[in-house]
Amino acid sequence: MKVTLVDYGAGNLPSVERALGRLGAESERVAGPAALRAAEAIVLPGVGHFSALMRTLEERQLRAPLRAALARGVPFLGICLGLQALYESSREAPDDRGLGLLRGTIEPLPAGVKLPHMGWNQLRRVRSSRLLRGVPEDAYFYFAHSYAALHSDKATAAVCCHGADFVAVVEQDNLLAVQFHPEKSGQAGARVLQNFLESAQ
Amino acid sequence: MSLARRIIPCLDTDGARVVKGVQFVGLRDAGDPAELAARYNREGADELIVLDIAAARDQRPTFLETIRRVAKQLAIPLTAGGGIREFEDGRAVVEAGADKVTVNTAAVERPQLLTELAAAFGSQAVVLAVDAKRVDNRWEVFVCGGRQATGREAVAWAQEGVARGVGEILLTSIDRDGTRAGFDCELTAAVARAVSVPVIASGGANRPEDFLAVFTTGEADAALAASIFHDHRQPIAALKQFLAARGVPVRLSR
Repeated sequence: MKVTLVDYGAGNLPSVERALGRLGAESERVAGPAALRAAEAIVLPGVGHFSALMRTLEERQLRAPLRAALARGVPFLGICLGLQALYESSREAPDDRGLGLLRGTIEPLPAGVKLPHMGWNQLRRVRSSRLLRGVPEDAYFYFAHSYAALHSDKATAAVCCHGADFVAVVEQDNLLAVQFHPEKSGQAGARVLQNFLESAQ
Repeated sequence: MSLARRIIPCLDTDGARVVKGVQFVGLRDAGDPAELAARYNREGADELIVLDIAAARDQRPTFLETIRRVAKQLAIPLTAGGGIREFEDGRAVVEAGADKVTVNTAAVERPQLLTELAAAFGSQAVVLAVDAKRVDNRWEVFVCGGRQATGREAVAWAQEGVARGVGEILLTSIDRDGTRAGFDCELTAAVARAVSVPVIASGGANRPEDFLAVFTTGEADAALAASIFHDHRQPIAALKQFLAARGVPVRLSR
C-alpha cells in the first residue's frame, strides 16, 4: 500500500514523509486531481492558515476528488489543519468553506491562556480509539495551533484541554484525524502513524 | 492534563559545526549538529533550536544543509535561525525542514518582516528572538550578537512582535549568557506576563534548580540551554525527573 500525501504547500509535509518512511511506508506527494482518484490511503498534513489550505485545494482542483475519495471509503488521516479542514467552516477564514464532512465550525481557543497552544500536552480519551491503540494513557503529543473544534460529537475519540476542551482525535469510519502533530510527537506520535497504516491495510 | 514545560537544547553553529564560547568569544568545536540532534531526540528533548551564529552570507547553503541533516534526525519540533535578513531567508529555513524560524536583528531593523513571515507560515512558525540586557532600571534590546544597543525596551518590543503575529518569544538575558549564574527570572517574568504567547527563557542555565526557578518565579513556558547538555553535565531525563518531583509538568514518557 502506498500513502498519498496531499501536497498543498504545507511546511510539515517533509516531516510527515520522513515519519512514514521510518515506519517503512511508501508515500508519494500529490498536487493534482488524477492521483487522488487512484489513492489507497490519503494523508492531509497541515499547518498555517485555514484559508491557505482551502484555497489551494480549490486551485489545484483537489477538493472534489478528495471528497469523492473519502466518500468511497479510502482511509484518511488529517493532521492539525488537516483535521480542521474536515469541518464545515472556520472562524479563522469565515469566507472559505471546509470539506464539510463533519458538522460544526472551527473556533479560536479562548483567551486567558498562552496562544498559540504550542508544546506537548496529554489527551483524555472519550471512547476506544484505533489511532491511540497501544499508546500509554499519559503520553504527550506536540500541538501548535490557535484554533480548534471546541464541541465534541460522536466522531470524537479523544479531547485535549487548553483553556477549554477541544477535539484532539477524530475517528469516523474511514475518516481519522488528529489536532496534534504525530510526525513531531516522538515515539507516541510514531505509534499513532503506525496505527493509521495498520488500519488502512 | 496540562501543557508541559519544555526543555530545549540549543545548537549554536558556525553554519556547519556546533561551536561553543562565551558571548561569541573563544569559539571551539563542540560536535556535529546531526549527531547531537539524534542524541537529544533520543534523550527526551522537547524541541531543538539550531542557530547560525556566524551568519555569514556566503555560508548560507552550508547552514541550510545543516538544517536538512538535523531535521532528518528528529521526531520533535525544530526551530532554526541566525542571519535571517529577509523573507526569502525565512522561507529557505522552513523549506529546509525547520518548523519555526527565529528572527532577531533584522526584525528590529524592519519589523514588517515579522508580519510577512507570520502571514506566510502562520504565527506558530515565527519566533522573535529578543536579546536583553539590564541598563539602569529597564531591559534594553541588543542586536548583532549582543554587541549593538537599539534603544528599544525589551518588554515593549516583545509586545510589538506579538502584535505583528509572532507565536513565541525566545528571550535571552545577555547579562546571564554563559555565566552559569541561573536564568534571569525577573526579566523572564516581566516578558511572560506582558505577552499572550509562550516565552522561552535563555541564558545562564546551570543547575536543575535554575530550571525550577525559571518555570515557577520566571513563569517561562520553555527553557533553553546549550553547554550543560552538550557536555553531558546535565542529562535531560534527570532534569525532567527533578522538575516533575517538584510539581512542574514535564513530558517524561517518550
